[in-house]
Amino acid sequence: MKSQLLIALLGGLMACSLPAVAASDIGAGGKLTATGGVTQLEGAAGGGLTPWALIGGYDTGDQIRPNAFYTRVQSGSYHLNAYGAMVGLYDRVELSFARQSFDTEDVGGLLGLGKGYTFNQNIVGAKVRVAGDAILDQDSWLPQIAVGLQYKHNDRGAVLRAIGARHDSGTDFYISATKLFLAQSLLVDGTVRFTKANQIGILGFGGKDDDYHVEPEGSVAYLLSRNFLVGAEYRKKPDNLAIAHEDDWYDLFVAWVPTKNVSLTLAFAPLGNIVIRDHQNAAYLSLQVGF
Amino acid sequence: MSHLSRLAKPMATVCLALSLATFLTGPAAKADEATFQAFGGKAGLQSLMEDFMTNLLADPRTRPFFEKANQTRVKAQLVDQFCQALGGPCQYKGLDMKSAHQGLPSITREHFNALVEDLQDAMDKHKVPFSAQNKLLAELAPLHRDIEH
Repeated sequence: MKSQLLIALLGGLMACSLPAVAASDIGAGGKLTATGGVTQLEGAAGGGLTPWALIGGYDTGDQIRPNAFYTRVQSGSYHLNAYGAMVGLYDRVELSFARQSFDTEDVGGLLGLGKGYTFNQNIVGAKVRVAGDAILDQDSWLPQIAVGLQYKHNDRGAVLRAIGARHDSGTDFYISATKLFLAQSLLVDGTVRFTKANQIGILGFGGKDDDYHVEPEGSVAYLLSRNFLVGAEYRKKPDNLAIAHEDDWYDLFVAWVPTKNVSLTLAFAPLGNIVIRDHQNAAYLSLQVGF
Repeated sequence: MSHLSRLAKPMATVCLALSLATFLTGPAAKADEATFQAFGGKAGLQSLMEDFMTNLLADPRTRPFFEKANQTRVKAQLVDQFCQALGGPCQYKGLDMKSAHQGLPSITREHFNALVEDLQDAMDKHKVPFSAQNKLLAELAPLHRDIEH
């Protein structure tokens, strides 16, 4: 019901995840508006599901301008709240923190954990731009390339071990390539993530095996105007817990960037199976504010 | 909800396929006649430049670079430069970008982006469609390498 309400609020838009970097206006600081993207689920500048190579925030060197975000994802059987902050330094380095709380609602009761049992996860992220300028280098094929990591710690170690996860913390590594095709008003990102996380870490790290899995992710965003973009994302995920199947994630999103300091992203994301519940279609809402 | 979920995956796939098509057509597809006309041709560019210069002089980030310039000449040269970038029947005959900006105070990325923003505001005012705006900006953006110093 809650997700249907959210969808209704979206006015029927098939929005979904969060992304956004609308690249074409410029910020008060020294960047084009939205060229830092929105904040993805784990706190990095990017789309909703996947990090982008762009460095978040509007810092250009003289001033440091942090961003804060709040994201709510509501599916049929669960909800997730995430909040955090991010700062970009000299358009070179991005540091982020996010805290996710995944509420199992009634499913927690069915599993004997207690209704509303919640997994909490803290994520510390860092990203470094290593080459290219996704926005300005329009005469070059070279995308902007960044490498990053996300260290995650989940506070439910005992339960995670009981369901077959091997660790309550883990580190994802990724490399992202992002390019704005400005003449086509199209932004494209491809990311490869190395991860042991189950359901991005909500269900711990490692399982049937304790290996890093190489998973592709991607985003496409079309700029409708300086203030709106629409797009789609895909995130492949490991399926490494014996007790429950895990699906890849998709989303369709709309992002509204009314000013350079504020963005609101709405997304629709079919998240597939999560623990004992299939067809977890989710509404995603994310607010980002810059200072 | 189930309709949405059935649609989401194919739609995401279509979006990703479209992006591949973009890769194949190249990063900066040349502006075409329709784009030039979207700006109202050369007369439209001359009118646009009036507002662009007004914005540049009103913006404290860009004013220092333009207030002492021969603004009439700068506007005329910008018209030729933009016209040529849009594939119009003009030829920019001024200095190359590096030489043209050498004598000015240090120009940073922030200044460059401020100029783009002022240009976008002017194009919005002149009702230039967003996609046509981006085609012009795609031609101009790489100039940042010669302008910033």
